[in-house]
Amino acid sequence: MDLTKEKRLWMYRKMYEIRRFELEVDRLFKANMIWGTCHLSVGEEATAVGAIAALEADDMITSTHRGHGHCIAKGGRLPQMFAELLGRETGYCRGRGGSMHIADIETGNLGANGIVGGGVPIATGAALASKMKKDGKVTLCFFGDGANNQGVFHESLNIASLWRLPVVYLCENNLYGMSVAFSRSTAVKNVADRAAAYDMPGEIVDGNDVEAVYHVVKKAVERARRGEGPSLIEAKTYRWLGHSKSDANVYRTKEEIEEWKQKCPIKRYRLKLVEEKIATEEELDRIEKEVEREIQDAIEYAKNSPEPSLEDIADGVYA
Amino acid sequence: MAEKLYIDALREGLREEMQRDESVFLLGEDIGIYGGAFGVTRGLIDEFGEERVIDTPISEQAIVGMAVGAALSGMRPIAEIMFFDFLTLAMDQLINQGAKIRYMFGGKAKVPMVVRAPMGSGTGAAAQHSQSFPGVFAHFPGLKVVIPSTPYDVKGLIKAAIRDDNPVVFAEHKLLYRVKGEVPDEDYVLPLGKADVKRKGRDITIVAGSIMVIRALEAAKELEKEGIDVEVIDPRTLKPLDMRTIIDSVKKTGRVLIVEDDPMSFGWGAEVAAGIAGSEAFDYLDAPVKRLAGLDIPIPYNPNLERHAVPQVENIVEAVRELLR
Repeated sequence: MDLTKEKRLWMYRKMYEIRRFELEVDRLFKANMIWGTCHLSVGEEATAVGAIAALEADDMITSTHRGHGHCIAKGGRLPQMFAELLGRETGYCRGRGGSMHIADIETGNLGANGIVGGGVPIATGAALASKMKKDGKVTLCFFGDGANNQGVFHESLNIASLWRLPVVYLCENNLYGMSVAFSRSTAVKNVADRAAAYDMPGEIVDGNDVEAVYHVVKKAVERARRGEGPSLIEAKTYRWLGHSKSDANVYRTKEEIEEWKQKCPIKRYRLKLVEEKIATEEELDRIEKEVEREIQDAIEYAKNSPEPSLEDIADGVYA
Repeated sequence: MAEKLYIDALREGLREEMQRDESVFLLGEDIGIYGGAFGVTRGLIDEFGEERVIDTPISEQAIVGMAVGAALSGMRPIAEIMFFDFLTLAMDQLINQGAKIRYMFGGKAKVPMVVRAPMGSGTGAAAQHSQSFPGVFAHFPGLKVVIPSTPYDVKGLIKAAIRDDNPVVFAEHKLLYRVKGEVPDEDYVLPLGKADVKRKGRDITIVAGSIMVIRALEAAKELEKEGIDVEVIDPRTLKPLDMRTIIDSVKKTGRVLIVEDDPMSFGWGAEVAAGIAGSEAFDYLDAPVKRLAGLDIPIPYNPNLERHAVPQVENIVEAVRELLR
């Protein structure tokens, strides 16, 4: 289960990519270049990256409304992502989906989802397809703490356990369902406690520790691939920014947010990589510079991309 | 050609598609050994095993959601919902997910799935097990909606629905399961979006769907005795809706009665009426467009009340007489 240097640097790069992507989205949003709303995952990078690092390239994921990080970690390309957020024809969804509906079937990303819990049965169905086709794939289902109180979550976990489907349910518990604190929405102390009701392993992991997430998810993925069924993992993490772009953040204290910023998963990993002599400061700086260039190129690409044509407005409703 | 029951023709369609294509499978409550609440899937588990005829827990949203996920991953699932009424439990997965995924994803995904369910009143099951509302689904872009009325149609249309690359809602009327009709043994597929002229006539057009096709044909026989020659058009699919065939018929007869099983208000009959009013057929109308549909009430239990809640043969006969008066 030891991680290679190459993989560790990939994880650092992906977390940094996600952070930079989200901050640029925030900036472009404030500059009125992004329409609608979007849900940023600043602070939650380690969960997305650690979990996806535990998958094979052709494994699948379903994502949430806070899905940019999942898409990037699964191999989503930055130019097409920025283009989608700018509503351009070259975007992942040809400007039809926007932030909450980015999918990239080619990289196994079965889509972000605008409905809380909406992706849970879809992941379960994808896993059922894998079991039927015997294709050896595992589906990783991201969902937030809000989704753990939706009925379909319970329906799906029951069925997945019953049929030993190759699926891993990963809750990114960022402690708030919009403004409502987890303790005010959920009768159990931990989402993972609910695993007992479905006779599957339930594990809690520090969602800001990318390698810890990797190891826990890896174990669950291997179990799923062996045909032993699903697992429920709860990664405890935190979103630094508001729920969406309309959030004034009045339901939590500055001190609380500050405390979690001190647990920044990227700074923490950088420190670890340097301390354990896995990488030098210079190597990591170089990665950051490369990412910075990619981000700027991607934004340029998106800005220079054409708007969708009105004539094609009904394209893709039916196959 | 052999005479077969609607339910047997439907099962034959399912069986042939499962034999033809390994990615086709069934998913639903009590569809295995029990054979489905109405017996549609009876015996299929013996032929295809429990891996392809999958009994689920009572979890409608998960059933439909899993069908969406499996369809996205290259399978062709057919989900049975025990009663059409219970589709309300799966609305998010059908309407917000299945129907929209292709468009939302920029046309880069396909969701080839069928959701089958028995609908309609006439069995004394009262309000929560007797509804017909296929028109609701026709409202949502991304879905197709099929309401087959005869054994011949149900076999050809289920095969088309399974082969279609979109989510299809397939609404079977419970009272049709025991209706007999000619069904060829060979493989045939009926196109979705093509209406059928069930009876040719020159005096009046009846547009009827599902069970109402059978009642309209009976009414036509009755009216024939009075020298009234009725044409009966069965749209067969509500989405896509073949307005062309309907408009051509109305241009010929000059009179139209629309008969549906669903409650009247905002039903699909209004869509047909508006389609006629907005077309060149309007100039050919010798009388206002008339609609017969279910009353705007939940289906009652008492047999007399239940019968009264949706159009019967005598109501159709009377409505035609009024239109020709």
